[in-house]
Amino acid sequence: MAAWRLVLIVAHKDLRAELRTKEAINSSFSFALVILLLFSFAFDPTAEVTREISGGLLWIAFAFAGALILNRSFAREQPNDCLDALIAAPVPSAALFLGKALANWLLLLGVEAFCFPVFGIFYNIRWTRQFWPLLLVVVLGTWGFTLIGTMFSALTVNIRLREVMLPLLVYTVMTPCLLAAMQATSLLLAGEPLAGEAAVWLRFLIGFDVIFTSLSLILVETVLAG
Amino acid sequence: MIAVAVEDVWKFFGDYPALREISFTVEPGECLALLGRNGAGKTTLLRIIAGFSPAGRGQVRVFGRTARAVETRRLTGVLGHGIAVYDELSAIENLTLFGKLYGLADPERAAREWLERTGLERVAHGLVREFSRGMRQRLAIARAFLHDPKLLLFDEPFTSLDDRAIAVLQSVLRDGLLRGCTIVMSTHQLREAMELATHVALLNQGRMVHRCERPPEMLSDPGWLYARYGDL
Repeated sequence: MAAWRLVLIVAHKDLRAELRTKEAINSSFSFALVILLLFSFAFDPTAEVTREISGGLLWIAFAFAGALILNRSFAREQPNDCLDALIAAPVPSAALFLGKALANWLLLLGVEAFCFPVFGIFYNIRWTRQFWPLLLVVVLGTWGFTLIGTMFSALTVNIRLREVMLPLLVYTVMTPCLLAAMQATSLLLAGEPLAGEAAVWLRFLIGFDVIFTSLSLILVETVLAG
Repeated sequence: MIAVAVEDVWKFFGDYPALREISFTVEPGECLALLGRNGAGKTTLLRIIAGFSPAGRGQVRVFGRTARAVETRRLTGVLGHGIAVYDELSAIENLTLFGKLYGLADPERAAREWLERTGLERVAHGLVREFSRGMRQRLAIARAFLHDPKLLLFDEPFTSLDDRAIAVLQSVLRDGLLRGCTIVMSTHQLREAMELATHVALLNQGRMVHRCERPPEMLSDPGWLYARYGDL
């Protein structure tokens, strides 16, 4: 069977399970919302300050909220030993991993899609001015974050302090991705075109995604089946 | 072709050898019951044969291939301690999912057939989290048999099953043996297992201390092997 079909089957299963329980997406969305609201009320930034910090603020909210989604990714397989059944199925580990990463990516993009309008209202920023370039940065940055998070979610699934270990590991490795996404987002929200510095950060994000996607696909069999 | 060939397998947890020098073969159509006290290494051995965990030393071949080969996994059905179905999905969604993952031509039809066979057709669309323990166990049996596996690896399959689930499991295992399936199972439920086993093996502290055809004495006295070889 085509590997992509298996990827879609695994992703569909994860999305269906999550949308039924809404365990991760509700807490993730609430968390992101609280961060955005608290910053808005606590600092009451001027328009200029907002433009400077907008990328950092958004990606901090996405990163913290995303950790809640990623934590559930492989933990969802733990009750009833479902991970064993997935590993026993004739599915390449890479397809299994990509399916779970794809589901996490879509869930996180969903949370981000809700966050942008909230951000626009509370910080009085017209975030749609550079909509397509911004979408590209968000899609690539979220993929890099999701990829690393899903891999570490698999690595830490059997650790007792999983909820603590996962963010520690993920944030350390994803710092370059986060940095590039923050910088590119700030520039685009300030109204700059996707050229010059913003384009450099975008290329950095693409490189990061390509390298870590390849590494993950190579290493995932070892991570899942030893 | 030999169904399962285990050659000089060792497994270490830290410095502790959980399995030591395990070697045996299982021919197609055999039903091997792995016996032994708790901690003897039965589950560890089954997990290595199933490809969940690599051997520290030695190798396992299933129908001539490695345990992790995709083709091997297509031929193998595993039922471990957990039921390995998703609480958030319905019975039919669970079975259809695994049918798709195993590449069945008509996963939904196969799912319906097995739901009927395990007496779950009336709750096909019910969420598993709402099922009783017995229903969940029968669904797990359906999941393990769904893709018509040639090798069945069962870890204590009769433990905590209700009467109906035991009857279902024994029936499908008997059918499997008649069709030429190979079964390797660990068990403490000797009476149920001895009715099916063609061979028995006794593990003690990670070593296989005895392996033989199932002695006729074990039908009337399931503890016979322990009494004779299990000075443990």
